[in-house]
Amino acid sequence: MDKIPILRMGAFLLVTIQVDLYDRLALNLEADLVQMVNNTNAKGVLIDISAVSIVDSFMGRIIGNIASMSKILDAETVVVGMQPAVAITLIELGLPLKGVHTALDMEKGMNLLKSMIEVTEEDEDQEQDDDLIAE
Amino acid sequence: MILSLSKDTIQVLKEQDVVFLKNRVKETAVKIKMGLVNQTRLLTAASELVRNMMRYANGGVCLIEVVSSGRNNGVRLTFSDRGPGIPDIAAAMRDGFSTGKSLGLGLPGTKRLVNEFDIKSKVGEGTVITIIKWANG
Amino acid sequence: MSLKTHQLLQKKKKIILELWMKNQLADEGLREDLISNEELRMQSEELIDALIGNLSGANFTNLDSEEWNPVIEILGGIAITRARQGFSPRETGNFVFSLKEAILEVLQGEIPNDAKALYAESTKINRLMDNLSVVTFETFIKGREEVILRQTDEITEISTPVIRVWDGILALPIIGTLDSARTQIVMENLLQEIVETGSSIAILDISGVPAVDSLVAQHLIKTVSATRLMGAECIISGIRPEIAQTVVHLGIDLSNIITKATLASALAYSFRAMRLEVRKINSLQKN
Repeated sequence: MDKIPILRMGAFLLVTIQVDLYDRLALNLEADLVQMVNNTNAKGVLIDISAVSIVDSFMGRIIGNIASMSKILDAETVVVGMQPAVAITLIELGLPLKGVHTALDMEKGMNLLKSMIEVTEEDEDQEQDDDLIAE
Repeated sequence: MILSLSKDTIQVLKEQDVVFLKNRVKETAVKIKMGLVNQTRLLTAASELVRNMMRYANGGVCLIEVVSSGRNNGVRLTFSDRGPGIPDIAAAMRDGFSTGKSLGLGLPGTKRLVNEFDIKSKVGEGTVITIIKWANG
Repeated sequence: MSLKTHQLLQKKKKIILELWMKNQLADEGLREDLISNEELRMQSEELIDALIGNLSGANFTNLDSEEWNPVIEILGGIAITRARQGFSPRETGNFVFSLKEAILEVLQGEIPNDAKALYAESTKINRLMDNLSVVTFETFIKGREEVILRQTDEITEISTPVIRVWDGILALPIIGTLDSARTQIVMENLLQEIVETGSSIAILDISGVPAVDSLVAQHLIKTVSATRLMGAECIISGIRPEIAQTVVHLGIDLSNIITKATLASALAYSFRAMRLEVRKINSLQKN
């Protein structure tokens, strides 16, 4: 059975999709990824789709699902490297992928994830500080 | 006046057939020098329609044709199945309508991606969907 | 055409050429700026040779027959070059018409006493030359159409330049009406450029767009959404007050899009987003 490898890097999970997804592969990826987020307590998921030439409504839905499911498990999802032709097609298809963060490449995606997680951590620090003052 | 220049029929019954079909569509589009964005639109549209065919009718047949309208060349795809048919085509063509568990973007979204879209369906007999994507346009 | 006349024209070829050249050179519409006299003479001579060589054929009036191919080819070649060089239709037409006159003049001089024969031969020559004129015009117009098609391509090319205004910031000024075909090109160019330069902000300046209706707005929204999917931000600038008015009157929702009145304020916004600062340096300060 084909599987798309998921790499762990610190608090992040990296997925690079190198083949055009067929439905079963995409469904497996969704299941594996959510499982992995839970197991590793990851804070961010980075999906590189720069090698994907077609995203139809089914794949679009899977990507949206991964983002929503990860969010519930407290992890942000960033999709990086979408090809221009794919972006245009998705918009015309009527799938703007709301709720999914995007970035131009891996590096920018990583920075985006870091900044999003920093913000939440800073907030937590802030709360702790406030607590101290209250005491 | 649209002339058909070449014909190629592909049976789609298994998931591997879907991959084969997509490759053939892509080859055909490349052959008539279709731009990358239009290729992507055509392939995405084909992907939507073939999924519908697999899901609702357990497969069917796709006819791939190179067509010409004089100035412009294009690819015409005809998907025919012997599935249950669509009772209310107008509803099926509305954004957000779905009888299955999907986003309901399949048919209306596909229509937005191609230049010509035609659907004929009879309940109990099957559905025929024809799309054309021109190389330029 | 009778054998006699054919031989006669063959013999008088030189004189016809001279007469024709005289006609052409005397014409007020002569375009010495576009074509030199030598070149004109060469063209004319080539055509006469091919034409008179063909007059004996049985398919005299049937231009579709194969033996006319060389003549039509030469004439077509001349017409197409002229179309590209910018000759007017009249100038191109006169090229053939003046040849007709030259041939008729020679015929008249050579058959002075036989009005009937002269009439018969003249009619044939007339018919032939008229047909050739039609061919010339058809080719001329085809040549012009090619010029127009090429220019249309060039206009679409040059009308959508993507400018790199800063490292990571692209600007695309749109001038003229935005229709579906044009938006397509604009969008594709912009997205491609974003990938190539790795820019995270793109500014779409619509100062040069005369009007924004709901269709144009839809196109703009589409471009912005596609840019976002790729992971970049798209700002729309150059929105004139009257455009803001129409947008609101038409009930178009642009609230999800970052809009700025001028390119300058869009750029300022981009700098802030990229955490860049533009300051005036103190002129007294030495390095």
